[in-house]
Amino acid sequence: MNAEPMNVTGEPMTGKGEVLLAVENVSLRFGGVKAISDVSFDIRKGEVRAIIGPNGAGKTSMLNCINGFYHPQEGRITYKGARRDKMKPHRAAAAGIARTFQNVALFKGMSTLDNIMTGRTLKMKRGFFWQALRHGPAMQEEIEHRRVVEDIIDFLQIEHIRKLPVGKLPYGLQKRVELGRALAMEPELLLLDEPMAGMNLEEKEDMCRFILDVNNQFGTTIALIEHDMGVVMDLSDRVVVLEYGRKIADGTPDQVKSDQKVIDAYLGVAH
Amino acid sequence: MFYREAGQFKSTYAADMAVFPIRQDRIGIAVILLLAFVGVPLIGNDFFTSTVMIPFLVFSLAAIGLNILTGYTGLISLGTAAFMGVGAYAAYKLTTFFPGVNIIVLVLVSGLFSAAIGVLFGLPSLRIKGFYLAVATLAAQFFLQWAFVRVPWLFNYNASGAIEVPQRLFFGIPVTGASASPETRYFVCLVLVVVLTWFASNLVHGKLGRSWMAVRDMDIAAELMGIKLLNAKLLAFAVSSFYAGVAGAMMIFFWYGGGEAADVFNIRLSFNILFMVIIGGLGSLIGSFFGAAFIASLPTILKFGLPALGVPLSGATAEHVTFMLVGALIIVFLIVEPHGLARLWQIGKQKLRTWPFPY
Repeated sequence: MNAEPMNVTGEPMTGKGEVLLAVENVSLRFGGVKAISDVSFDIRKGEVRAIIGPNGAGKTSMLNCINGFYHPQEGRITYKGARRDKMKPHRAAAAGIARTFQNVALFKGMSTLDNIMTGRTLKMKRGFFWQALRHGPAMQEEIEHRRVVEDIIDFLQIEHIRKLPVGKLPYGLQKRVELGRALAMEPELLLLDEPMAGMNLEEKEDMCRFILDVNNQFGTTIALIEHDMGVVMDLSDRVVVLEYGRKIADGTPDQVKSDQKVIDAYLGVAH
Repeated sequence: MFYREAGQFKSTYAADMAVFPIRQDRIGIAVILLLAFVGVPLIGNDFFTSTVMIPFLVFSLAAIGLNILTGYTGLISLGTAAFMGVGAYAAYKLTTFFPGVNIIVLVLVSGLFSAAIGVLFGLPSLRIKGFYLAVATLAAQFFLQWAFVRVPWLFNYNASGAIEVPQRLFFGIPVTGASASPETRYFVCLVLVVVLTWFASNLVHGKLGRSWMAVRDMDIAAELMGIKLLNAKLLAFAVSSFYAGVAGAMMIFFWYGGGEAADVFNIRLSFNILFMVIIGGLGSLIGSFFGAAFIASLPTILKFGLPALGVPLSGATAEHVTFMLVGALIIVFLIVEPHGLARLWQIGKQKLRTWPFPY
């Protein structure tokens, strides 16, 4: 990892594909509070990109900008070569950006199966009247997508909770179902907001394995926020570090680990 | 012992996704339909058919409509009665304009008018939620009820201000008007309710139903799945109001046989239907039937059943006692099972499955 070629700007090339998403000079304010100020970084195709930083650094706000919940006042976000400033979340979904949440945001009243099936909504095309009949093409479509969903359920090893309402599942499994729901969208860019928060060691290891498998098998580009440094350093190709809404470091895990500003941000500075 | 799915293996996804995957349930539904189509007309007398069964069917349909909106999509509406009224008046105007068209077609088409009005009053739902939306739909209730009285065009300028249901034939048999027999009217209602319930069941089990429930459970995540919130909510309003409109048209044409509709489609009716949905079970179609049976039929059954059991009650007292009993029962049911009769039914089925070894 250390002997990587550098590009003109001095950033490391990871050997992965071209830039999928570029964030340039983005600033986001809520009234007088600056959540993000002048942050730029990019996410390349096929990589695992980690966004880390102390609490309140603006990591989740960054993800919210990327998938269109927030619209930054300044700067621009380019996805797949096209600039998009005021994109709505459902448009971002259609463009292939999926996401999981820090606090599990599952559909609590629905079963695991229905939750993951909801991830297929955009891919299902049959109109209202076929839906009302639920026969012929509508049923075929439903079965077709059920097959894909069953593959995801197999992949995540949650066969046993297929028909249970997700509200009653243990936390670790809920996180896994949420990942499954995001995967069902067959995203190009998968945003994971603290996928391992509140998990025990075994669950964390499982989740790491799933994230790496998703990256390897489906070639999905992944951007993740995580506080467990061990996980971040092992999983990610490149890491961007935020503090108080500013970018303080960007590079491979090794580079970031030895960066004095990062060490200061996490450990504090002697005054 | 008899209600057990052991040995019923499903080898296709189609079989697994069926609405009634368990054989005993399918038999149960077949028995209920047989009873409804053959049993009730054979056993029930005219009085039972017209004062218990027809109201039950009409309210069930209205409750299904509101359940799609409130139970499945999570949007509270207090304007159900107004939307029912739109259906009734639309059906009346349509029979005036197109006397030659089959009345059942007209009743269904009048649902479309109600759906359009429903969408109009559903527009604020993107911005406002919960109690505030309830108040916004309350505006629909008051405005439409006002229109039913003040716009004489709606009731063809007749002096009484009432809808006069004309006699219409269906294959030579009168289905509306004074000479339509209760059995005929019951059959028409039953067929409409069965077909529309089947459609509703298909909708809520498919992509649309999942979108609605996703909007209800976590609208942010739903938007992220690519569901357009406004479209999903307005579609829920449209479908819900369609069902309410058809129920309203059925109410006037097949049950009341006319009447001053502004008095019928009042806020009390809206509340009654909301109670049916809450007591029956939010987000459950079968709950809508339970709720309708409970709220609509119980007073009638108590009123005529108590004297029949030998409890001597005069007309007015009977009515008051009925009110008190129904009120008490509502409270009891909500304490015992806040998720409604449908959940009670599910728990019962679950118990039955494991009986007699419940561990």
